[in-house]
Amino acid sequence: MSAVRPNIPVTKRSSARRLRRLPLHAGAALTVLVCLFPVYWMAATAFKPSRDIQSATPRLVPHTWTLEHFRTAVHTAGFARFWCNSLLVTTGAVLLSLVVALGAAFAVARMRWRGRRQFVLAVFVAQMAPWESLIIPVYIIARDTDMLDRLVTLTLVYFMVTLPFTTIVLRGFIATVPPELEEAARVDGCTRFGAFRRIALPLLAPGLMATSLFGFITAWNEFAYANFLIIKNQDNRTLPVWLSSFKNTFGTDWGATMAASTLFALPALAVFLLLQRHVTSGLAAGAVKG
Amino acid sequence: MSAIRERAVPRPAGRRPGRTSPPPAAPRASRDRGGPWPYLLVAPAVLGMLYLLVYPLIRAVLISFQDFRLRQLISGHAKFVGFANYRTLLTDPRFWTVVRRTFVFMAVNVVLIMVIALLVALMTERLGRIWRTAVLSSLVLAWAMPVVAATTVFQWLFHSEFGVVNWALTSLGFDSFAHYPWFAHGTAAFAILVLLVVWQSVPFAAITLYSALTTVPAELHESARLDGAGALRVLGSVTFPMIRPIVMLVLCLEVIWTFKAFTQIWVMTRGGPGDATTILPVYAVQTALAGQRYDLGSAASMVTVVLMSGVLVLYFRQMFRQEDEL
Repeated sequence: MSAVRPNIPVTKRSSARRLRRLPLHAGAALTVLVCLFPVYWMAATAFKPSRDIQSATPRLVPHTWTLEHFRTAVHTAGFARFWCNSLLVTTGAVLLSLVVALGAAFAVARMRWRGRRQFVLAVFVAQMAPWESLIIPVYIIARDTDMLDRLVTLTLVYFMVTLPFTTIVLRGFIATVPPELEEAARVDGCTRFGAFRRIALPLLAPGLMATSLFGFITAWNEFAYANFLIIKNQDNRTLPVWLSSFKNTFGTDWGATMAASTLFALPALAVFLLLQRHVTSGLAAGAVKG
Repeated sequence: MSAIRERAVPRPAGRRPGRTSPPPAAPRASRDRGGPWPYLLVAPAVLGMLYLLVYPLIRAVLISFQDFRLRQLISGHAKFVGFANYRTLLTDPRFWTVVRRTFVFMAVNVVLIMVIALLVALMTERLGRIWRTAVLSSLVLAWAMPVVAATTVFQWLFHSEFGVVNWALTSLGFDSFAHYPWFAHGTAAFAILVLLVVWQSVPFAAITLYSALTTVPAELHESARLDGAGALRVLGSVTFPMIRPIVMLVLCLEVIWTFKAFTQIWVMTRGGPGDATTILPVYAVQTALAGQRYDLGSAASMVTVVLMSGVLVLYFRQMFRQEDEL
């Protein structure tokens, strides 16, 4: 990050400076607190015994710790199944969109053809597609083609949601690999795609990694389509839908609800923390470069 | 659908001064022209977009001009009725209330998000290394929180009996908040949804604006300060003009993403109590899937798309001005 900017040089009057910077640090502390408290409270509630949760004076730090709520959540009928469903749909969508986007990004970044500009424009527009307003027609089309209640349908929808982003990012990454490398390989007797596979693809690993992780998060979190396309066959629900109905199943068992939320949020939080450097310094900055 | 957000972090660091050669993405060598290969490579993407995006959109337009209810859904023979659905919709006072509420929801959210994000970004820029890392990490963590999980947590925070917010407010002496049922009052539920959306949206906006701020050369600040400009003046006449394009992009995105609050609203209140948190996408889905008026629901969706497309055009103009190469 380029922000290590030489601020005011350290002087002897550092205590005066500290005083002057007090509001700044108070603001920073407040920001950290506001950002973290809901996440912390989720985890803290999940580890508290029920009598501490249902008390008129909540403790900010759990007095005693328990795994009971996690046990309740995991042993709920279907938790493992919904977990598998989510994983299956997510992986399918991410792999499909990686393969399709890689081809399209290669064609856009490395080849000149009639309609290329229009295609790029279409991808940019598709990225802003108003998915919230397409629920009704997608539901009706899925019903007409007998695709309701099937995980494949969700996979296809998530594939389409992540495809434009993946294409744009991969196009940027491919463009940063100098074509001369591949040309050299072709001179040495590689085919065009052989050269791409052996020379460019390994260099694209970070891009593939970043796009698949973000695709993963998108699909993992999606609620609206999962809620309206899986109706009768409740066994095919995914985790977000299950979590949203958890309160109905468990009534006032907030400990178990928070434990379930924690289990659901954990993969996303882990991925984001791993990717933090990319997120803050601009995964997209590198991504959309050129 | 959060991945869509990342794209928008506009690469502030991307443009290095002094580089005059054509952008690297420009396809080179005209010998690449021709052949069926490029078309074969983009075919799956094009087919996907046609079947999964264009076709549903056309279908929605068609349905909005048909008489399409449960019977037509099952038997399939829908009659065209012209603008009848739109007439029904536009003469319904409830629809107009929903439109007005959508705009209020959008305005409150976007103003809060932009102001808070700008303040956080300016603050982060002035922090030392340790504090800056702490602030950025917590922003990322809040950003990473899945929507449904965050919504569930907020319901727990504002629980009437054991919620920590009511406890804190009562301890501070606001006794009227003892057992206050937040989700039973329209305005309170609306406020909680705004709070939730702002909490989830500020991290992206703040991080993007912060990375834009870091690209403003420090020399500019110094020379402005040497010329006698005060801190506010530097902010207004040096910093802000430099980051204005990115501020505009974030602003457009936040307006468009207002409609994504569908998930939070559906999970938390389903548009209730009464109609108090019903915004356009919620109204459309309620009408179509709960009321089985697929025609009216589609018409409402199309109105939403038209309203959104104005902002979208602004967004694309701003983006392509940034992205000189396409």
